[in-house]
Amino acid sequence: MSIQTSTTPLGRDDLARLVARDIAPGSFVNLGIGQPTLVSNYLTEEQNITLHTENGMLGMGPEAKGEEIDGDLINAGKIPVTELPGASYFHHADSFAIMRGGHLDICVLGAFQVSATGDLANWHTGAPDAIPAVGGAMDLATGAKDVFVMMTLLTREGVSKLVEHCSYPLTGVGCVTRVYTDKAVFLIGPDGVTVRETFGCTFEELQALVPVPLVPFDEKAAGAVVGV
Amino acid sequence: MLNFIDTVGQAVAGIKDGSTVMIGGFGNAGQPFELIDALLDSGATDLTVVNNNAGQGDQGLALLIKEGRVRKMICSFPRQSDSWHFDAKYKAGEIELELVPQGNLAERIRAAGAGIGGFFTPTGYGTMLAEGKHTRFLDGKWQVFETPIHADVALIKALKADGKGNLVYRKTARNFGPIMAAAAKHTIVQVSEIVPTGALDPENVVTPGIYVNSIVKVA
Repeated sequence: MSIQTSTTPLGRDDLARLVARDIAPGSFVNLGIGQPTLVSNYLTEEQNITLHTENGMLGMGPEAKGEEIDGDLINAGKIPVTELPGASYFHHADSFAIMRGGHLDICVLGAFQVSATGDLANWHTGAPDAIPAVGGAMDLATGAKDVFVMMTLLTREGVSKLVEHCSYPLTGVGCVTRVYTDKAVFLIGPDGVTVRETFGCTFEELQALVPVPLVPFDEKAAGAVVGV
Repeated sequence: MLNFIDTVGQAVAGIKDGSTVMIGGFGNAGQPFELIDALLDSGATDLTVVNNNAGQGDQGLALLIKEGRVRKMICSFPRQSDSWHFDAKYKAGEIELELVPQGNLAERIRAAGAGIGGFFTPTGYGTMLAEGKHTRFLDGKWQVFETPIHADVALIKALKADGKGNLVYRKTARNFGPIMAAAAKHTIVQVSEIVPTGALDPENVVTPGIYVNSIVKVA
């Protein structure tokens, strides 16, 4: 059976829908800032997911509109949001204890690069004139039980962001467990990088783009792959 | 000793040049704008400021930076689309930056208030923000030694205070307020409302008044 599940690469919203579908019911999840926040648009009520935001809240609701906007109620991206029934507020040290203490099931982050062993680079290009800003990225990468990355597989120059070793400064070591890209979903584990599915390319075409040895997902051996 | 003070100007009058000042807020939520404006008017300079960010737009902390009052920022996320005053000072080499992962920043502030001399944390291990720091393999993972961040003064914003200085906050504006109140030698709080002692349910007090020195009501 082919692991190609789509004849075209996935757009941002399709990718967000796919990540949302893969989040186990009842999970506590942090969606970082930027592209991963799109995932919240596709979480269903039946999934009963509780969203955490690093600035001190569990039970975050959708983006606030119109009269709902309240400057005291924002998310990590400083966008006004809403609270859902059952929400709670806590100070920053407690919020990061939730991460560091291993209480979050999943965080979803963007990335500049991910290595074959799950190293993440997503906070700094390393350019000498860049102003570095890290926020909660290192804490999330280190603390959540599963770290999912959402990114395009290739840079604008056509270079793979899934790499043998990250050349950008690291955010965390060996922390990424899955990478969702427009061209494929990668599972990163002790046995290397497994391709769960491809979009708009065959496994062989994908391997030609990525400088890391890939293993096609084998349904018969699926018991060995965590979380699928 | 708890004091209720009439104006923000009087509240910040004792802040000396060269002080380390913690300022509450995450972005604009919880940022004590009136106290920061008063600090700017006071002329205090050569400050080390601890905040999650390094100012947004043309208000609050951003103006303190623009006017050259801040010698050093300790923060997690200085660069934003509207952090132009910090960006300009940083590029001109006129402000020092100590960049700290946000959870380490919070825990270092908490540690100061809790009398902890330092702690090991996995956050940042193997990254350039842990370079030169002591590391140990503990509890199944590599961890980095981090030290407390103390301050001379904290400026924070709460929703209500009672006559004992007990505080409650509002939504995500709570953020760094409770831990900064504990970490600073002198904590100055601006509140929207002062209620009689006994009017706050003790079960719901977030910051006990023992951490609070000065309270000023702002409109």
